[in-house]
Amino acid sequence: MIQKHLLRVLSMLTLFLLPLLSMAQTAGPEMADGMRSNGKIYIVLACVLLVLFGMIAFLLILENRLSRLEKENKA
Amino acid sequence: MPKIVWWKWTSILILLYVVCAGFLGPVPRLHIVNESIRNTYFHVPMWFGMIFLLGASVWHSILYLRQGNPEHDRFSHACVQAGILFGVLGLITGMLWAHYTWGAAWSNDPKQTASAIGLLIYFGYGVLRGSLQEGKERARISAVYSIFAFAIFIPLIWILPRFTDSLHPGNGGNPAFGKYDMNNDMRLVFYPAVIGWTLLGFWLANIWYRIGKLQDKTTSL
Repeated sequence: MIQKHLLRVLSMLTLFLLPLLSMAQTAGPEMADGMRSNGKIYIVLACVLLVLFGMIAFLLILENRLSRLEKENKA
Repeated sequence: MPKIVWWKWTSILILLYVVCAGFLGPVPRLHIVNESIRNTYFHVPMWFGMIFLLGASVWHSILYLRQGNPEHDRFSHACVQAGILFGVLGLITGMLWAHYTWGAAWSNDPKQTASAIGLLIYFGYGVLRGSLQEGKERARISAVYSIFAFAIFIPLIWILPRFTDSLHPGNGGNPAFGKYDMNNDMRLVFYPAVIGWTLLGFWLANIWYRIGKLQDKTTSL
């Protein structure tokens, strides 16, 4: 009889704990904190910067060639 | 180092800052978008840049119609070309972002549909211009088309979506950018991003314009 009561009380207590459990799961929106702490985000940044540098270098070369052509055409 | 105008250097510096700060800077922690909120620095400026470019095209179209200088026609056309590039990139980046945050690349969101229609209008500009003989007639028709296209494009992508429910922020009851999903940390990157990408767009338009000019010179010889 006592055992049955104890079981009921215990199960009630665990039920009260359930919302705590779900709260722990939604502690906050998930962000890429790991990538920031282990520094891997810098690798992504390096790649994007390299691509950007390449594009800009290409544009600058294009500018050079274009202005040379413009000069030749004026003469 | 090639000699280029100051605003081209400015665009390079701003874009380098935007990429660094865009990846490393603090952003609000929000559900669903999570880190993808950083797309604000790359997807949204495409549309801003496009609108500035197409607006510049309208301005030069008006100048052409008033003064008849073919240089204005040429620059107006170059602006539309760069504007279409930005619009297509905006559409594709938007679909990619939507796939991960709205659950589908294309959900017939009013702003998505309207910008697709708007881009089709501008594709029509290219087709029309390409099918006409070079000369005053082509320049006049292009100028008028550019003005009318812009006059329908802005209501399509900016005004009409706000009257209906849209998944985009700032439309149909959804909170706007300024409400809660963009804080001052983000504005510090977002506004330079708009300026930097817009300047890059004008750089591309400028190259297109100069190539067109050279081409005309060599063919007329």
